[in-house]
Amino acid sequence: MMLDLGKYAGTVLSAYGVSLALLAVIALASWRGAVRSRARLAEAEARKAARNG
Amino acid sequence: MSIWEYANPKKFMATTDAVLPWVTGLAALALVTGLVWGFFFTPDDFRQGSTVKIIYLHVPAALMAINAWAMMLVASLIWLIRRHHVSALAAKAAAPVGVTMTLIALFTGAIWGQPMWGTWWAWDPRLTSFLILFLFYLGYIALWEAVDSPDTAADLTSVLCIVGSVFAFLSRYAVNFWNQGLHQGASLSMDAEENVADVFYLPLLVCIAGFVALFVALVLIRTRTEIRLRRLHAIELRERLG
Repeated sequence: MMLDLGKYAGTVLSAYGVSLALLAVIALASWRGAVRSRARLAEAEARKAARNG
Repeated sequence: MSIWEYANPKKFMATTDAVLPWVTGLAALALVTGLVWGFFFTPDDFRQGSTVKIIYLHVPAALMAINAWAMMLVASLIWLIRRHHVSALAAKAAAPVGVTMTLIALFTGAIWGQPMWGTWWAWDPRLTSFLILFLFYLGYIALWEAVDSPDTAADLTSVLCIVGSVFAFLSRYAVNFWNQGLHQGASLSMDAEENVADVFYLPLLVCIAGFVALFVALVLIRTRTEIRLRRLHAIELRERLG
């Protein structure tokens, strides 16, 4: 689907590009943090369980 | 059942585990629907041309920048008054999401302002208070990182949050207070004459719903991460002592 944004095409596309990129960065960073923290905690709890027999 | 039960980390984790997929799905659905509707299926404005399409990012991001700080204020007050750790961690979790929203609002505002006002930036009351809010967000995040003791960090950042709230609310009402500057009044208002036209209003509402749901989903994900890291820290501390 082609959309004619006229003389403001650069303005509109850069606003969308940067905003969606920023949203993607915060979403990805949040997701990666969640995955890493879950793995590290599971590892620590396994160590704890092994110590306690 | 009391709302304070959710201040228990275990209860919070169990509840959010069930809620999170729904909120995330709602955020994705509303954002895609609203942005595609607004970008592809709404007309150009007779004065602003196609730049009016920036409204679907700028207004929801600006709303969430202020509301994120309001949420952090409530969570900080709960921490200061009732000492619930989950509330302090939720405030900490919301700050990076809030600063992202503020950055999007500032960036899209500057890009939109250049062709409409003839300048990227003006020391207008709303723009200036928004810039100060952005700096408060950065200071808030830096303060959490700078203090080793989590409880002391939560105390100090809560006080900073209360002080910064002046600018969060000022950025919302600056136009009404000073009645000057380049920035126009509220895009969404109870007064029908001030509102944007219906053709832009409905997709805008969907985008706002999407940004709200995205904010909630990201704050829940990040709060759950903070709770896990705190538990991890406690286990590692016991390992070192034992």
